[in-house]
Amino acid sequence: MAFPGGFSYADDTGSGNAIANKLRNNLEDEIFKFAKEDKLIIGICNGMQIIANLGLIPATLENNQPSYTRQAALMHNKTARLECRWIWLKNTSKKCIWTKGIDLLHVPIAHGEGNFYTTAEILDKMKEQDQLAFKYVKEDGSDANGEFPHNPNGAMEDIAGICDPSGRILGLMPHPERFYSFENEEGWELKKEKLIREGSNLPKDGKGLKIFENAAKYFK
Amino acid sequence: MVHRIEVFTIVNDSKSEVMQGKIRFLGFDISGTKVIEVYTLNKDLKESELKATAEMLSNPVTQEYRINDYDQSDFDFALEIGFLPGVTDNVANTAKESIEELLKNKFSEHESIHSSTLILIKGNISEEDTIKIGKALANDLIQLISVKSHEKFAEERGMDKVIPKVQLKSNPQADIVNLNISEEELLKLGKEGILNENGTRRGPLALEKEYLEAIKDYFQKEGRNPTDIELESLAQTWSEHCKHTIFAAKIDDNDEGLYKGYIKKATKEIRKAKGENDFCVSVFSDNSGGIVFDENWIITDKAETHNSPSALDPFGGAITGIVGVNRDCIGFGMGAKPIINKYGFCVGLPDDDEAIYRDKDLTNPMLSPKRILQGVIDGVNSGGNNSGIPTPQGFVHFHKDYKGKPLIFVGTVGLIPREIKGTPSFKKSAKAGDKIVIVGGRVGQDGIHGATFSSEALSTGSPATAVQIGDPITQKKLSDAIVKEARDLGLYNSITDCGAGGISCSVAEMAKECGGCKVDLEKVPLKYPNLEPWKIWISESQERMTLAIPEEKLEQFQNLMKKRGVESKVIGEFTSDERCVVNYHGKTIMDLEMDFLHDGLPSKSLKTSYKKTTHQEPDFAIPDLTETLHKILERPNITSYEFITTQYDHNVQGGSVLKPLQGKGRVNSNTSITKPFPESDKGIICSQGINADYSFIDTYHMAACAIDTAIRNIIGAGGNLDHLAIMDNFCWCSSNEEQRLGELKAAAQACYDYAVKYGTPFISGKDSMFNDFNGFDIHGKRIKISAPPTLLISSIGVISEITKAVSLDPKFPGDLIYILGETKEELGGSEYFDQFGFIGNSIPQVDAEKAIILYKKFSRAVDKRMISSCMSPDLGGLGITLAKKAIAGQLGMEIDLCKVPFRADHVLFSQSQSRFIVTIDPKRQKEFEEHFDEIPYAMLGVITDDQNFTIKDLIKTNIPTLEEHYRKTFSK
Repeated sequence: MAFPGGFSYADDTGSGNAIANKLRNNLEDEIFKFAKEDKLIIGICNGMQIIANLGLIPATLENNQPSYTRQAALMHNKTARLECRWIWLKNTSKKCIWTKGIDLLHVPIAHGEGNFYTTAEILDKMKEQDQLAFKYVKEDGSDANGEFPHNPNGAMEDIAGICDPSGRILGLMPHPERFYSFENEEGWELKKEKLIREGSNLPKDGKGLKIFENAAKYFK
Repeated sequence: MVHRIEVFTIVNDSKSEVMQGKIRFLGFDISGTKVIEVYTLNKDLKESELKATAEMLSNPVTQEYRINDYDQSDFDFALEIGFLPGVTDNVANTAKESIEELLKNKFSEHESIHSSTLILIKGNISEEDTIKIGKALANDLIQLISVKSHEKFAEERGMDKVIPKVQLKSNPQADIVNLNISEEELLKLGKEGILNENGTRRGPLALEKEYLEAIKDYFQKEGRNPTDIELESLAQTWSEHCKHTIFAAKIDDNDEGLYKGYIKKATKEIRKAKGENDFCVSVFSDNSGGIVFDENWIITDKAETHNSPSALDPFGGAITGIVGVNRDCIGFGMGAKPIINKYGFCVGLPDDDEAIYRDKDLTNPMLSPKRILQGVIDGVNSGGNNSGIPTPQGFVHFHKDYKGKPLIFVGTVGLIPREIKGTPSFKKSAKAGDKIVIVGGRVGQDGIHGATFSSEALSTGSPATAVQIGDPITQKKLSDAIVKEARDLGLYNSITDCGAGGISCSVAEMAKECGGCKVDLEKVPLKYPNLEPWKIWISESQERMTLAIPEEKLEQFQNLMKKRGVESKVIGEFTSDERCVVNYHGKTIMDLEMDFLHDGLPSKSLKTSYKKTTHQEPDFAIPDLTETLHKILERPNITSYEFITTQYDHNVQGGSVLKPLQGKGRVNSNTSITKPFPESDKGIICSQGINADYSFIDTYHMAACAIDTAIRNIIGAGGNLDHLAIMDNFCWCSSNEEQRLGELKAAAQACYDYAVKYGTPFISGKDSMFNDFNGFDIHGKRIKISAPPTLLISSIGVISEITKAVSLDPKFPGDLIYILGETKEELGGSEYFDQFGFIGNSIPQVDAEKAIILYKKFSRAVDKRMISSCMSPDLGGLGITLAKKAIAGQLGMEIDLCKVPFRADHVLFSQSQSRFIVTIDPKRQKEFEEHFDEIPYAMLGVITDDQNFTIKDLIKTNIPTLEEHYRKTFSK
């Protein structure tokens, strides 16, 4: 099940809130039944805001059961405006199904409310359960330390994506699906020129596809 | 019972922090702010229901709420900003839907919900200051500002519960308007509108004497006086905005006029000359223009302006502009899908804060250029981002004379299959018997007289109701339901946008396809009861489309719309009886011949004269060129506008290839490429050309430069002349003066000449003829500020192999830098001359024959992957282009201009057209030089691996310094 990005209800009454309310008011049972089964869910950008509002992430364990309540918020960017730019991610979870085999990933973001926040208590539980999936880092993989534009929104501990305790449900603010092709990447023209001068062929696919290949592989 | 829910943030409250910064920036001494979101519910609710509602509207992790209670913290003034009655309140609409679903309880007609923002301010300010802050933060044309001191707030237990509901007097009907009045009264009727019983007037009809007389004659023949709705309808249909009367008029000895005789003529001749290679599909006849993309798809393009509304309410004007032009895309053929948004903001100088006023008493100030810029940026942000359409293409352009009337351009590129169910998708026709169906938003008083208003210059009488606020979400649902579903099911025969003039124009326009229409006006869904029939007919309430649906498909269509949450309503039937008939509760209130409605306006005949001003060519000593280069990089027309670029999502839909910021140094590019299909290597390439400064010297060459710029930007990025179309947007001023019309005719002549030479057809265009401000300066002296005659040329082309796209940043140290094309001593109207306070006279001239040779050669070089980077010199010439390239690549440059034919400063900053600055792999030097053998070129230098930027004997600086100046102007 995928919750794509898309400014549902123009962020009125809080980003991802109105559509989460609509889903909860109409499809609550179906969604949580799906979440408990051995299936995969991804929420990208506005989709992450939606699944956070639904309580699908982080859904930290309470008596060994995921607590499907609202535990995290994606607040206004520190810059107070939408940021559309490319950033670097580092995979920080061994458990997450979606991020397997990824170390660093260059991907675009485009959001006004991506500033991840939760309480210290929830954060500890998430760390305990290996639920931090992606962090914003610098191009060389070193910590962003909250520094703009590496951490584009001021998220606590540079958190860009989190998963549920099972690793099957991923929410992330960046858009891996917008890097499906080699020419999507910011700065691809320089890579192209280098490859051509070396006499190499140009790749077709973009590196963002890896996340979706992981999902497909999970069911094989 | 009225309830009030307040939601406020308790951790990381950046909204309040930002607000504090904003108020301090306005110059007020404050020490703290708290921003509270307010929902005022005019609905009977139980306590438990209220609590559930408040919980739903707030985030428990970061926010708290209070119900029917007030803040008891320490502050000095409370400022609340809500909406005036009838203004679209998107937040409230969303909250309403959520509440209805949560409580399983619908709002009745008398119940309502309203959103507002409460700001609690602590600081050394007075009540008067707080009102000033309110006026600076809000727009009192559409928003309600209330202020209370802390004392009063505590005493009255918070702010008042305000229900901004529209109350109209009941039993509205159509009035008869007597035309048998004195000529003076008749002219007044045309200028100021229909007289109300209480002596006030209804707002401009913008009908001139000849038009009024034609209307009078028609009704004399009919043996009656017109109703108000008939008169309003004629005024809409005949407006300059809708009929383009100036472009259609006979001009001097050219009977065909500017549009048929120049613009359309060029396209006709080009298409004929291209023969089998003609890529035009649908030009000028539809809401957008359409050209071939590949064997299966058509791309559409359209650019619009929303100048007058944006001058009054920049946010509302720009958002309705962008969602409006999206509908021009949805309204192309059977419905194209919007895939690229474009913007262009021409505003006054950003640091000009001297007030100008609309009225003699100096109580009604024009918004400052900075405020307008901020508002239109936010408007396009909201409209584009919320609609899920990428905005990779745009520009900003500043001139002091845009202060009285900004020019706000918006454009949309769309995609539609060439055939739908075996028929060409661009053909459509309403048939007699088809139902007239309105889908989308409801109708209110918003946008009354938009079309007639924009046909007039801005003055005190400009109507506030002309302002609207767009609702991208309603439109997104409508758009998806149409272009992703209903279209491919073949559920309708015709579709068009409800834009200027509302249904009065859209229905009457579609009725031309079959020969008539009959409308029952009481069936139109309204935002609030008792709206007068003439207002229902001409209201420009947003997010609506009009369709012609055969009876047998109606049920399926309406079921589909219902499923997608889109309101649809049958409001009448198309006929073939050659009349446009409107009934209201069974009574016929309008009954006009179709012929008269559309073609009854007397044709105009215009006379022009064009006396060119000669500006002395300046002669000053060559200044310090390093310092000059730095200063020019800071000029508003040259500096980085990354702060706009990054707040517009240009990656959504996943097709972004050549991006609006390029290179490691992130330099704004004027060309973008989008790849619409993952499985195809083809891309859409967009750019534009504009430079109004040249208009002060010669509008013919101004237009020629705009066309060449728009074309060469495309060529430079990898496009080619064989698959390239252009669009014209004329924004003129005082178009009732012979001189201005002369300037206009010269520009149109250049459009014809150069489009034909380059073989680039115009596929769509639009004009806005009265961009003037009539008002008063701070001393109460009457002033007129006319926007410079401005022509925006937008260009769109197809690139067949996406990996051959060329970005502007140099790639590797050691690469060689070349200039292609000839640099002439052409500094008239240049940024360089303006930096020293001169205009000059030596305007750049375009030699199309030579340019074509270069462009064709260039495209072949791109095909052989010979060009590593390219940027075409525009404003600021060679010097600025080199500096921007160096910043983009974050690599040094060593340049030698030893063989300069004239003054070094002139070489550096001449704005000669048809040139490229490229970098190449040194291994391909020989091949490159042989390839460009026939055309003027020169090697300028080499890319270095340090950070130094040197032009031998002239300029010595480095990249961090260049970058600092490039980013300085808008970094605050």
